Amino acid sequence: MQANLKVKRFDPADEGGKTWWQEYKVDVHPDSTVLDSLIQIREQDDGTLALRCACRASICGSCGMKVNGDAKLVCKTRVVDIAPNGEQLVIEPMGNQHVIRDLVVSLDTFFSQIQRVDPFLQPDHVPEQGEYIASNDSMENLLTSMNCIMCGCCVSDCTVLEVDANFIGPAALAKAWRFTEDPRDSKRDERLKVLNDEAGGIWDCTRCLKCVEVCPKGVAPMDRIMELRESAIEAGNTNTPGYHHTESFYNSVKKNGRLDETRLAMDSAGWTNIPRLLDLVPIGIAAMRKGKLPPLIPHKSEDHKKVKDLYDNVEGESS
Amino acid sequence: MKYAFYPGCVARGGAPELYDSALAVMDRLDIEHVELTKAACTGAGVLQEKNLKMGDILNVRTFAMAEQMGLPIMVLCSTCQGVMAQANHRVKRDPEYLAEINKHLEDEGLEYKGTTSVKHLLWVLIEDIGLDKLKETFTRELTGMNMAPFYGCYMVRPSDALEFSSNPQRETSLEDLIQSVGGNVTDFAGKTACCGFPILFINQANSMKMVANHTGTAKDLGADAMVTPCPLCHLNLDGYQPKARRQVRGDKADLPVIHVPQLIGLAMGMNEKTLGLKKHIVSTKKIVRMAEALPSKV
Repeated sequence: MQANLKVKRFDPADEGGKTWWQEYKVDVHPDSTVLDSLIQIREQDDGTLALRCACRASICGSCGMKVNGDAKLVCKTRVVDIAPNGEQLVIEPMGNQHVIRDLVVSLDTFFSQIQRVDPFLQPDHVPEQGEYIASNDSMENLLTSMNCIMCGCCVSDCTVLEVDANFIGPAALAKAWRFTEDPRDSKRDERLKVLNDEAGGIWDCTRCLKCVEVCPKGVAPMDRIMELRESAIEAGNTNTPGYHHTESFYNSVKKNGRLDETRLAMDSAGWTNIPRLLDLVPIGIAAMRKGKLPPLIPHKSEDHKKVKDLYDNVEGESS
Repeated sequence: MKYAFYPGCVARGGAPELYDSALAVMDRLDIEHVELTKAACTGAGVLQEKNLKMGDILNVRTFAMAEQMGLPIMVLCSTCQGVMAQANHRVKRDPEYLAEINKHLEDEGLEYKGTTSVKHLLWVLIEDIGLDKLKETFTRELTGMNMAPFYGCYMVRPSDALEFSSNPQRETSLEDLIQSVGGNVTDFAGKTACCGFPILFINQANSMKMVANHTGTAKDLGADAMVTPCPLCHLNLDGYQPKARRQVRGDKADLPVIHVPQLIGLAMGMNEKTLGLKKHIVSTKKIVRMAEALPSKV
């Protein structure tokens, strides 16, 4: 079958730093992956095309790149599955990372993020004899995050990193989660506090699910970030707008059966934070002028008392 | 065609024009509906951060109500769609967990058996009504109008819970709808990205950059309007566009952001009042004039 590729090129020797698109058509075996096609191009048609790969079996994490806009391991992506009728595949280097040449990005961004979360065990004692013992369950619990092969696909497509290079990022936060959940680590509370307080920490995630979707290994970084939020709250970190936002939402539904939008805005700003509350005024006035200010006294769903009963039941169960 | 109708908090709160326009369009399409007035909020993924099980209980309760009526659920919000789909996905593949949740619903005489489907109005239009039949209700073609799609995260991810593999048409549903009204699709990479709404009150600087980037890019590419199935995206992309564009790009808010039923309402020849198009923060006057200047089919 024919693979029809449109590849984004970049040559660092080019002084203007321009990128350009180049189209390739190659005849490939029906079972070929996108990586096979790119290697074939490099070996047979165009030796200047730069790409990075090693294991070809989705273990090493070297061949992350964007295919039709989404980050993928190209060794795990068969041409026939995404372009059965010879449709053009658009291949670009990963996003949110510095491009060295063509499809090769620098790993500096990725590893500087990983370094921010102290990615090593910090036990508080040395066992008197033998190894540090951890239960099987506690290790199985870590498998999601430990499946990470550091390919950078989640970093590439993170919608927060697109606007804020200081965000710790999905891969590093999933790594951080792994250490907060490891029973051998003694710094759980300190870790959670830093992740909670730091600019670019756990509360900056938008919950857009991109990282969950593009991760080729099922790490589901966003789910790990949500668990970190829950743990941070449980550990008493209640100083962030993110905490107030979650709390307000939770309580609004408990009380009204539905969301009280006005209250959510005020609670998240913080009732004593005058500048942030004042910040809400112009948008409130604009909405009012258009006849769409959310009601100041919230609508309640019919039967909202039943919802409150459910909350009481569930909270009683867990306390 | 009949649905258990779950409009969601925002259509009943901060975006009333979505509710009004949806009702007008549903009426024109003979879509019967019973509003689930007793159902609670889905939790929007936020409540789930604090207590996932509580969120699942609330959503399963809603599924059970619709199941008792023997009706599929129709929603108007990408976030409702995604959060409900995820809850449904979780309980359907774990009967033990479902049984545990059902226990909480005994008092209300509810028990979910796992048969309720949840469909956004956008999917109902394409999958249940069909674009050909939908087109028969249009009285004008919105020829020459450039529309940028903006899905809202939970309308496209996670693709397994949203059953994309067995419903491939969902991937291009918004583009297909825009084309069905005769409009041109202004395609841009941000169409499946985050609008910034979830962090509006948490990291407003980042949220504003997202609003300015998406609306600014679509405008630069020639869009006359943006269309979204998500009222939360709408709140941010419309409501905060003036601030975001001023702050991030130093320009003015000039891209109206309309809801799905408003788009097809315009093609059905409905007026701006019926569709609530005057209730937007960014003026929709220009696109209303464009639509009204187009010839009516007799």
